[in-house]
Amino acid sequence: MSYAAHKYYICSKKGTALELTKEEEAALDGKQGETLAMAYRILVAIGKATGADKLIPVEWAHLSGVNYNTIGDAGEQFLSHLSQDAKFKIKTTVNPMGFDSDSVSRFGLDEEFIQKQQSIRKSYEKMGAIPSFSCIPYEIFEMPKGGTQVSFAESNAAIYANSVSSLKTNKESAFSALASALTGKSPHSDLREEENRKPKLTIRMKAEPADELAYGLLGYFAGKVADSSVAISGSKGLDRRSCKSLCAGMGTSGSCGMFTLGEGEGEKVDFDRKELASVRDELNTAESGDIITLGSPQLGLEEISDLASRLKGRSFRKRCMIFCPRAIQGQMRDLGYTKELTRAGGEILYDCCTCLTPLVDKEDVDSVITNSVKGAYYLRTSNGVGVSLKSLKQIVEEETA
Amino acid sequence: MNVKVIVRGRAEGAVLCARHPINFLGGIDKKTGRVRDEKHDLFGKFLGDKILVFPNGVGSSVGAYTIYSLMYNKAAPLAMVCLHADITTASGCAISNIPLVVAERKDYESLRDGQKIVVDALEGKIL
Repeated sequence: MSYAAHKYYICSKKGTALELTKEEEAALDGKQGETLAMAYRILVAIGKATGADKLIPVEWAHLSGVNYNTIGDAGEQFLSHLSQDAKFKIKTTVNPMGFDSDSVSRFGLDEEFIQKQQSIRKSYEKMGAIPSFSCIPYEIFEMPKGGTQVSFAESNAAIYANSVSSLKTNKESAFSALASALTGKSPHSDLREEENRKPKLTIRMKAEPADELAYGLLGYFAGKVADSSVAISGSKGLDRRSCKSLCAGMGTSGSCGMFTLGEGEGEKVDFDRKELASVRDELNTAESGDIITLGSPQLGLEEISDLASRLKGRSFRKRCMIFCPRAIQGQMRDLGYTKELTRAGGEILYDCCTCLTPLVDKEDVDSVITNSVKGAYYLRTSNGVGVSLKSLKQIVEEETA
Repeated sequence: MNVKVIVRGRAEGAVLCARHPINFLGGIDKKTGRVRDEKHDLFGKFLGDKILVFPNGVGSSVGAYTIYSLMYNKAAPLAMVCLHADITTASGCAISNIPLVVAERKDYESLRDGQKIVVDALEGKIL
């Protein structure tokens, strides 16, 4: 089976038209200023694209589009202009940026990059964002009660929120989540409606070993073959690390925004050794690597604790960058993890991530070892370096002594 | 052919067809407007000044900023025709004023590389 063809894509759009309230119409027409007019233009476009009938309130927006490396001058200027008078209406958190301000001087980034990144940071803060700089909001913030409508742009976070945290969000874009942050609304469509959350395809996990790398590859496969929701059966050993890896892989290759566990109705496909090898061949482009990166998604406290206990006494043979949210910095230090990881030669970086990092430069690095399937895709396409995919177990066995 | 309008506007130009979905963030160089994912069927192609015909966008939510950057860098498609308009593509086009329409499968499959078309995303037609 060629998984590149969107064989299982089923388009189930309702024929209903998007109806706006009088207030929403007025805002769209610019009666409340250009910022809100723009935000409503975005909501209307995605409402039409997804066949929404109305706009509904959302309680929390998580924004992507924070890293200068990804949004560039166009994005930096857009946000700087927007922040002159825009204010976020609901709780708004943000994705990682390009570097950790505490260690940026060690990386030889040019001054322009640093300045523009700080400008982006200031723009988001000025509009009222919580400066979380994390792609795992589900691990560092208290989750609202099940069924709450949110608007999450970061793809792994949207999938995790729908599948594990029982929240409701579409796989939002940087601009659609921004529009939600500015208006407190989002179109009522797709995964926001209960009936669309039921998967029409089941993927049977049959690959061994069922570690986080296999789940990441399964996610990448699922993104290519599934519609907006997918069932996964045979999912033994799906711990938090594997679950994050699955969400991130799925978010990279497709538009699927949710998974359920256990066999569902409808079509079934196997993800066996052959399918795993096929996806792995697409993403694994090097035998080994010059450096190791851990974190895409960023590592939470649980994974940091696990890594510290696996390392006890051993040290990395190569440079190893470990990406975490700033929110866990204090706990990591107090629990002794920072000391242990640093002793082992790990380089802990906060506020940033492997994905789209400017800190891995092909001038200095030919290839990178990582257990992140999402990281692998972007390291190849964006950083232009080779990638050697290994599970964390393999990395500890082969790359530490 | 009749199409569903997602972002209004009008554009005239030559078709560039992609078989694979597009991950705008990873797959497209926002400065040059060229496809940089060597595994993509449009690898090396310039998207600027074309009517981009592709199934749908996939992957990173930041792809919406890539579309906006393409416009800013004068390397954006004149219009886009999709089989399924995803949120990333729709929001990126909305903010960049790039006409975006969704075509029925049989109409979509009739479009050919290099064919000159008019995307009338005001009336909902491709001529």
